This record gives sequence, structure tokens and C-alpha cells, in this order.
Amino acid sequence: MAILDIAKRLAGREVSAVELAQDSLGKINALRDLNAFLHVDPDLTLAEARRADARREAGGGEGKPLLGVPIAHKDIFVTRDWRSTAGSKMLANYVSPFDATVVTRLSEAGMVCVGKLNCDEFAMGSSNENSAFGPVKNPWDTSCIPGGSSGGSAAAIAAGIVPATTGTDTGGSLRQPAAMCGITAIKPTYGRVSRYGMIAFASSLDQGGPMARSAEDCALLLDAMVGFDPLDSTSLDTQEAKVPVWRAFSDQIASKRPPDKDFDGLRVGVPKEFFAAGLAPDVAARVHEAIATFEKHGATIVAISLPRTALSIPTYYVIAPAEASSNLSRFDGMRFGHRAADYKDLGDMIAKSRAEGFGREVQRRILTGAYVLSHGYYDAYYLQAQRVRRLIADDFQDAFKSCDLIMGPVAPTTAWKIGEKSSDPVAMYLEDIFTLGVSLAGLPGMSVPCGFDASNLPVGLQIIGNYFQEPAMLAAAHRYQQLTDWHLRIPGAAT
Amino acid sequence: MSFDAETLNRLSRLAALDISPDQLRSLGGEMDSILALITQLQATDTAGLTPLAHPLSVLGEITLRLRADVAAAGIDRAANMENAPETENGLFLVPKVLE
Amino acid sequence: MNWEIVIGIETHVQLATNSKIFSNAPTAFGAPPNTQASVVDLALPGTLPVLNGQAVQYAIKFGLAVNDGRSDNIARRSVFARKNYFYPDLPKGYQISQFESPVVTGGSVTIYVDGMEKVVTLTRAHLEEDAGKSLHEGLETAGVSGIDLNRAGTPLLEVVSEPDMRSAAEAVAYAKALHGIVTWIGICDGNMQEGSFRCDANVSVRLVGAPLGTRCEIKNLNSFRFMEKAINYETRRQIELIEDGGKVIQQTRLYDADRDETRAMRSKEDAMDYRYFPDPDLLPLAISDSDIAKAQAGMPELPGTALLRYLAEPLQIREDQAIEYRKGRRRDIDAGWSQVQYGLPRAVATQLVSDKKRNDYFEATIQAAENPKYGLLVANWVVGEVTAYVNDAGGTFGNPPLTPAQLALLARRIDDGTISGKTAKEIFHFIARGDLVGSADDAVDQLIAERGLRQVSDTGAIEKIVDEVLAKNEKSVAEFKSGKEKALQALVGQVMKASAGKANPGQVNDVLRKKLAD
Repeated sequence: MAILDIAKRLAGREVSAVELAQDSLGKINALRDLNAFLHVDPDLTLAEARRADARREAGGGEGKPLLGVPIAHKDIFVTRDWRSTAGSKMLANYVSPFDATVVTRLSEAGMVCVGKLNCDEFAMGSSNENSAFGPVKNPWDTSCIPGGSSGGSAAAIAAGIVPATTGTDTGGSLRQPAAMCGITAIKPTYGRVSRYGMIAFASSLDQGGPMARSAEDCALLLDAMVGFDPLDSTSLDTQEAKVPVWRAFSDQIASKRPPDKDFDGLRVGVPKEFFAAGLAPDVAARVHEAIATFEKHGATIVAISLPRTALSIPTYYVIAPAEASSNLSRFDGMRFGHRAADYKDLGDMIAKSRAEGFGREVQRRILTGAYVLSHGYYDAYYLQAQRVRRLIADDFQDAFKSCDLIMGPVAPTTAWKIGEKSSDPVAMYLEDIFTLGVSLAGLPGMSVPCGFDASNLPVGLQIIGNYFQEPAMLAAAHRYQQLTDWHLRIPGAAT
Repeated sequence: MSFDAETLNRLSRLAALDISPDQLRSLGGEMDSILALITQLQATDTAGLTPLAHPLSVLGEITLRLRADVAAAGIDRAANMENAPETENGLFLVPKVLE
Repeated sequence: MNWEIVIGIETHVQLATNSKIFSNAPTAFGAPPNTQASVVDLALPGTLPVLNGQAVQYAIKFGLAVNDGRSDNIARRSVFARKNYFYPDLPKGYQISQFESPVVTGGSVTIYVDGMEKVVTLTRAHLEEDAGKSLHEGLETAGVSGIDLNRAGTPLLEVVSEPDMRSAAEAVAYAKALHGIVTWIGICDGNMQEGSFRCDANVSVRLVGAPLGTRCEIKNLNSFRFMEKAINYETRRQIELIEDGGKVIQQTRLYDADRDETRAMRSKEDAMDYRYFPDPDLLPLAISDSDIAKAQAGMPELPGTALLRYLAEPLQIREDQAIEYRKGRRRDIDAGWSQVQYGLPRAVATQLVSDKKRNDYFEATIQAAENPKYGLLVANWVVGEVTAYVNDAGGTFGNPPLTPAQLALLARRIDDGTISGKTAKEIFHFIARGDLVGSADDAVDQLIAERGLRQVSDTGAIEKIVDEVLAKNEKSVAEFKSGKEKALQALVGQVMKASAGKANPGQVNDVLRKKLAD
């Protein structure tokens, strides 16, 4: 059910926030096999739900479509009332004394938190197999991964447990699990959503965003999440950043179009590098069909080139680990987090606590990061990567001269089996080829369900916009979702 | 080019990760393939390019916002230290620091 | 052997802001542990740094102060970088500092040693955050250290000098001059016991003409006395080592005041690869013309400028011209006064520009006296009698024993002959002790009137007393006439005694000589 419809039911007193929360809590329990949720506390949730209902009684529902609607937060966002683990043993029992700005904003909008969501450890991964608390299962096929790192967030939507979740995206971690789970998600322009309270992975890439069943839902959620935060020095305060997402989105979808020409005037850029070898045939087919839908309804398709698409992989896997290696240095067993039980001295305590607290992928990335920043290698790796990053960002700006939105696949394949790729880290990295460049450039990117493969596993269409084009992207996705029903499909695994 | 034991040892010391010799061995292979991946970057000619540290500086020079010099009241020490493994009289306790 | 000592000093100047450099926790000294450590200072997951604008203003002021007020040494664009290493007092596991592009590049500090002037060049000054503190004693639990992060995040300006100094004395002179500058312009409270001003000395030795030797860094010298002793010890150590055929190893050392020696630190810091990279949580810092103008507007006259003004020949000011100065004062306190020259001796002038509060007091007194001709007299009083009193009483020039108006009137009354210098001192102590009712501006005149302290300057009255004294002291008269100058002093003393100290000593001298010459 669309969030606006839920809002209508709540406004019409057909259902209460408490009932919705109980329903979600019940589903969490019934579907606990998916392992999408970590810390769940029914008492806390129901207390929030009662407060939401009371707020509505007191007249606080006016203009607040999210009031009383359930949501769950990726365990990368810190919360005062639930544990925040970042999917790591290092923070297994950590309780934050403050809420992330994103959490506060959605809470102020009246949303009711039903729990924290499983994810790849410190958001590092593309399959949610790197969680210290076990992998998450894809509701479409529970022997498959849901994607990562926001695997729990995606699974919870796909399984119908909650209508809204938050996730984070550093190299594709919102878009890819959305594609793998057949749901909609959007990573905003870098700097639009506050990073305060998001446990940091790679500072110049991390962005929080919503996951939901539709573009319209995402627009509602994103509208509540964006906005300048004085606590985050990278939070944007510019004119473009201040344009309200929901209003701009509503204006766009309200604008009259000729019949059957929903995308009249829209130029869709299709990068040839996104359709090279390595793309699964079913994925290619579904994506082409989706693009054809746009064309059929008035869009002009433009062939473009993003020449450094493949280069985005080493670029990302230098910059992200470098920043992560430094961001994770605060985990030293001294003020919070895991502390080893046995150690010789201070140095030993720190080294053992970290070795015990961090999983293998995290350790690999920390070591990679230390390497590329170390004396003698900094120029050849880190600075070189930052220079190539500029080339990649420039490539997109060139492309946007001849198109309004770029479209292509989100990932080269659909969801693979749990355990299938986890032994080869680089094989996993190569999966990110279509999403990394967008993150490096700081551009907004969406994933929209566009069909299934032969195994009934979802395929996602990636929509990439220029900076601050979220309303246009969401509007295009919304129109696409009026013409198709992929986003309404529900997996058999859900109740 | 590879991650030999000496390099891995140096890095694990820098990163304060106590990795056992066994783990280091298996890690070595994985790190080698990562290294091979990232070394691809060096083939790209980037002469004359400025590193892009902040994605949005593509649009124009974006600089740091400053904060007013006002001290906030109400630091909740107890809440802030609640996750600490060991404390005494408001201090975080750690194994003895040798100068 | 002809050894040359080469010293460079790195100073960590704690900036006197209300809140920390990247968080809004308070910076006041002495609070209970971790009560001034915010979630950002503790590096809790999800926290981010936000830069304090006042720290930037203070850095700009420093840049101006070491560059004669010019701003060409201030970077219009500078970058914060992470310095990565693990230590309990470093919560993030990295320190936010500046590496390749610091906020200030270049500048200089002038020092005076053995009467010689020397210019020490500054390499750079950059902003960074301070670390917390470790306590190793006084804990109930055994085998542990206690970490207090109150200090973590306090803004620091790290000032690096070129290795221009050639002796411990020069190094200390530099440190003192730098201390004077940062306290003068108000960016640092200068309290070395509280750690507001900490120096590290890089010391190496070489034979004259040889290339630079290997240096050792002596860390955390927080007193000028210890700095001198530490450098002297380290110099001897290095020379002896080399003369014995050994080699100086580059290392970080600590000064042990109890044993008066330096010893190597146990930490492996020397081999540390800090992996500096620009902090992705912070954008580049832009400093604009208006930022610099704001800093310039808020700067007091620099000590160097004031010194030149004090040394320069004074203009002769007539009373009617003095009125012009007063008018200037009403419009804008510094308008006329900022140009005034006093022609003071170097020793006095240098002292005046060494302490801002005392200097402010001097200027305020002259303005109250409304005529710069009192410059020398007031200066001598301020660096002499008033300073002695303030030091003995353990007070400060923020709360002086006489108000500027009171001291100004005292100076006028000395100058116009109403009272003698000796009487003036009595009056000073009287008012300072607080025996006079109230703090009225005209306290001096009140006292003179109440106690009849006017000195006798009436020639007739003095001649009368002199005649009496000469009559009673024939022996001294005879001695003087036979060439003993000292006898005159005895006679002066008798006249002063006979006049109960009120005779104008200068006039007494003149009258006596005149009468004795007859």
C-alpha cells in the first residue's frame, strides 16, 4: 500500500499507528528467518506509536503524511533507544546517547520506528554477507542474497514488513539491494542528507536515503530527510539544495503531458559501457525493455559514453578504503565498543580488540586504506584516484550536455546464491561497476524495479540525474510506475 | 608487486590490527588481488588534473562553513561514558600508558 | 672544536576561544574529568567536526602580528588534514591538523639578546586540535591509566620557527617574544602552568661550516627556565656523544627537571607514518578580504609599532595643542593618541611593550593626563613603583593600585612642582593601601590638601630655612668651601629636615649653592 494511502487510512481513523506498528512487529516475528532485523523492542515501538496517535488526536496530523507510518532504520544510523551495531561485533552492545539527524527528522515527521536493520558490517559489502549477525535472505528467494550493504532495509520492504526504511549508499548500497529485491530507492546528491549520526564508512561518498515500494513513497521520505544540518560540515546550504523535494516532485508529476507521451521532452542517455560484456542477458533484456517503455511514451534515447566506467572500480576501491581506514580508527576499545578480554599491554589491547571486533572484509579494507595512504604510495594511489575521480565526474557532466537522465542497469546480475561469491572479494567489487561512478561524482541515483529474470529474481533500472535533479528523477520513475506494475509485485516468501 | 609478509606486518601495525600469522597468509592472497585491481589506476594519464576531494566542487569552489564561538551547556558525562568498558571517577580507564 | 648549536622551536599555542575548535564544548581549564568532552570530542560513532570561526580569526590575527600587520602570509585557501596514529588521548585515532596548506606561511619575531637584535623567521603556523590527557597516578584500579578528554579538541595554533637560533638564550628569548605576541593580541592567555603555551625544541649541533647535524626533539617544555636548562643539557649531550666518536640518533626526548637531563621517549613515534590526507569531513577553508579586515579592526597596536612610537622623539605639545588630543579622545579613543610619540629610553619602552595590560594602563594614564609630555614620568612610574607594588601584592594591571586618572594627577603634581618625588611615593602608597576614602579621581589633591603635603617652593621661605641651617652648620659649610662636595648633601639633608621634608629639593640645592658661593 502506498504511504499516501496509509496516511489516508490513518487520517480517516480506519487504522491507528498502534495497529500498524503491531502489524509490522508481527511480520518481523513471522519473517525472522529473513534475518532482516537486529534490535527490535516492541515496548519502545508501541510507545512511539501511541505518541503518534496522541499527536494526531491533538490535531497534529495536518500536513504530516508520515505521522504514524512505520519505518525501520539501517543499523548505520545511531539511535538513542535501540542499539546501533553497524552490523559489527565491534558495536554489538553499543547504545548511542544521541540520534542521527535523519532519525530525528523522520521522527519529527511522526514516523514510528519498529527496529534496526541488518546490514553489511560498517556498510562494506554488496550482499549483506559481511554482517557479524548473519546474512539477510532475499524474500524473492531465501537462498539468495538481498544485495548490500542495505540488505536488511531492502528485504524489509520487499517482504512487506514496513512501508519505509532508511539505508545508506557509498558505492551502491541503496541502489543495488533495491534492484536485487525489486523495490525503489534513491541515493541523493552528496550533501543533501545529513551524515551526522551515520556511522562513517567513506566520508566523501556516504549518503543516506529512503527505500520504499514506489518513487512517490521515496519522494515523501526524501523530502523529510533532506536539508541543511549545521552539525555536518559537508551538508549543503545552497539555493538548489533548498528546493523542497516533495513540492518540486508534485509540480513535475502534475504538469500536463500529451496523451501517451508521459516522457515528452525527456532525453534519456544510455551509456554504451553499461551494456558491455559481463551483463547478464536477462538483466540487459529487462533494462532495454524499460528504456523502450520510456521511448514509446515520448522520450528521446541518446547514445552516450561514460568512458571511465570500468576505471570507477579501482578508483572507488582506493578512496573508500582510505577514508574508512581512518574513520574506523576510533574503534580502539577505550571509550566504547568491543574490548578484548586478554592482552599484554595497551598496544596489544587495541590491536586485539580491533582484530576481534572487525570482520574480514572490514580488515581487508582497513589494510588497503593504510596502504594507499602510506608514505611513498599516497601519490600513486590516493591522489591518483582523486584525479581519476575528477575525470569520472567530468565524464558525467559531458554526458549531461546531451541528455537529462542517464539510464542503465544497477548491477550486472540478479541476486546470487548466499556463499556463491563470498570467497573472492574482488569478484564482489566488480559487481559494483555501474553504481560506483555515480557515488564518486556525488550525483543522485535511483533504482526502480523493471522486471524479473528467468528465475523470478528482480531486475532494477538505474536512473541517474545531474546534481539536485531528484525531483525530476522521481517524477520520471513515478510516471514509469504508472505505466508498469513491477513495483507492486510481492514475493511468495512474504505473508 | 605484491603484499609480502613484511608489508602486511607493517600495515597491520599501522592499522593496529592483531592478525595472526595464519590469517596473514590467507589475507596475503586476497590483498594481492585487491592490489592488482587498484594498480590499474596507474595506467591513466592524469597530468595536470587537480584531485577531486569533494564531489560538489565539480560545480564550483565550495568552502567550509564556520560556527559561532559559543560554548554549549549540558554535557551529559554519564550518558556519554555509558558504553565505556572501564571507568573510574569520570575517567576512561585503559591499560597503563608508558611514555 | 668549533661547535655551532642549531635550534628550531615548535610552539603549541592554545587559543583562548570559548568553545573547542571542532565542537561546541567549553574550553575552560580545570573542570572535572570528561565534563567538557562532547560526543564529538569523544569521537562517538556518527559524530562530525564543525569549525569554530573564532579560531580562524585568531589565526589571522597571529599572521598579521608577525608580519607587521600585512596579510600576504595568510593563506586564502587552506586545508585541514588528518594525522593518523593511535594513542589513548587521541579519541578519533587521528588528529585534525593542517599539513600541506597551513593558514599562515612566513612571518618573523624579533628578539634581543645581549643587546643585539635578531630576526627569527617563522616557517608556518597552522590550526589543529589538542589531545586529551592521561593520568597515571592516583587511581584506585591498578595497572591502568585514566583518560580525561576535556582538553581534547581545544584549538591550537602550532607555530614553527626556522632553525635560526644559535643558543639556549636565543631560544628562550624567542619563546618569550612569541609568548608576548600571542598574549598581547589576546589570542592566548599565556598561562604556561595550565598548558596554554607549550614548546618543543629541535636541537642539533655541527661544526661551524659543516652541514646540519641530526636533530633531537625535546618535547613539552612548559617553562622558560626548563627550556634553557633542557637545551643546554641536550647540547652538551650531543657534543660529548660526537666527540666520543658516537652518532646522534634522531629521537624524541623529554626533559626531566628533577635530574636536569633529557631522556629518550619510549614511544615508537619516530617511526610513525602518519598517512596525512585532507579531511573529507571538512571542506577547504577560505579566508576572504573581509575576514582579514575584521581581524585587523580587532587588533590592538602591535608591540613593535608601539615601541617605535615610544622611542621616537616627542613632539613639543603646548597646552592648547593638548586640547586637540582631548578632542581626538572624545571622537575615538585612539584617533589622536595612536600617533603620539614619547621619546622614551629603550629600556623603559621595551618593558612597556612586554605586557599588554600594563601597557593599556600606561596609555590610559597619559590620556587621563591629557598631555603626552608626561610620557617619561608616567612610564617610569608604571614600570617602576606601580609594577613593584603590583608584583608584591600579587595583583594584576587589570586591577591596578591607582586608577589611570589618579596616577595621571600624581604625575601632574610632580611635574608642576606641587609635591616632591618622595612625597609622591608616600601618596602613592597611601592610596594603594586603600586608606583613602573612595576611589575619586582627585584623590591626590585631596590628600595633599588634607595632609598639607605641598612642598615649599617659595624662594623666600626656602632662603629663610637655608640661612638658619647655614648658621647652625658652620663645620659643613667650611668643609664644602674647602672642596668637599659631600658636605653639600649633608646641608641639603639638614634643610629638608628643618622643612619637615616639604622643601623643593631642587630649589634647596640652588639656593644653598648660591648662598655658599657668596
